[in-house]
Amino acid sequence: MKISFEITRETLTAHLNGELDQHSAGEVRKAVEAELKKRRTIKLLVLELSGVGFMDSSGIGLILGRYRQMRDAGGRLSITNAQPQVEKLLKLSGIFALLETQRRGRANG
Amino acid sequence: MDNRIKLEFLSLSQNEAFARACAAAFIAPLDPTIEELADVRTAVSEAVTNAVIHGYKHKPGTVSMELTLTGRLLRVKVEDSGCGIEDIELAMQPFYTSGTNGERSGMGFAVMRAFMDSLKVESEVGIGTAVTMEKLFSDKLRLEESKKRVKDES
Ligand SMILES: Nc1ncnc2c1ncn2[C@@H]1O[C@H](COP(=O)(O)OP(=O)(O)OP(=O)(O)O)[C@@H](O)[C@H]1O
Ligand SMILES: [Mg+2]
Repeated sequence: MKISFEITRETLTAHLNGELDQHSAGEVRKAVEAELKKRRTIKLLVLELSGVGFMDSSGIGLILGRYRQMRDAGGRLSITNAQPQVEKLLKLSGIFALLETQRRGRANG
Repeated sequence: MDNRIKLEFLSLSQNEAFARACAAAFIAPLDPTIEELADVRTAVSEAVTNAVIHGYKHKPGTVSMELTLTGRLLRVKVEDSGCGIEDIELAMQPFYTSGTNGERSGMGFAVMRAFMDSLKVESEVGIGTAVTMEKLFSDKLRLEESKKRVKDES
């Protein structure tokens, strides 16, 4: 798994490249956590998935974990550019509903 | 075309990728659609990952995977001799996970069920777990032929 980061103001974008399974999910978690620790001002974490050709439920777990982490720190999480097969898995997991609620909750509050 | 392979590997997380690559190579002669191929790779990854992290709890053990092809029907059987599952029905419920670190979604079995045509889980505490899944592959050639026929007739 190759991970590269991009920062614009309060947004940290993690570009993931490779296969996201239980083996690589740990690597991604560590890298993202280290990056967030360095920059406490980050309010939005974006997981950019265009380079992820494979993902299983360990990837869902990773996203859920980062969602909770950002939420608990008063921030937000978003996912972009998922390939069709990854999108199918994300839909099945119902994770979009969670991220939607998060967006709506913020707009209202 | 009928075929069968059986492989055994150590319960290492890097073998998740190995197992799904094997499954992909095994079904390649069926000329599966991109979606079918991804479905099988994902389901295999789920079963093998569960054996590694739940069955053996990251400790060394042997995982076996048997792939059987009968015509266009694929059967995948993943087995471990790990801790076993106490309540299979509970374990198979979507979102149920025994993981406590907040990094698991409890979607593994739900994914296997959704991406394959059938799913069977057999397990005994202290003995191990066997997961059997089946998937019937579409016949692209026949699909194309029937499409062509419709076109020719009109
Ligand atoms: N091979 C196995 N041996 C022992 N327990 C298992 C095995 N496979 C699954 N389980 C149990 O069934 C539960 C549900 O499995 P499932 O794959 O659906 O979710 P998960 O692995 O916990 O999370 P996820 O797959 O989303 O990362 C697991 O938490 C575990 O308790
Ligand atoms: Mg699982």
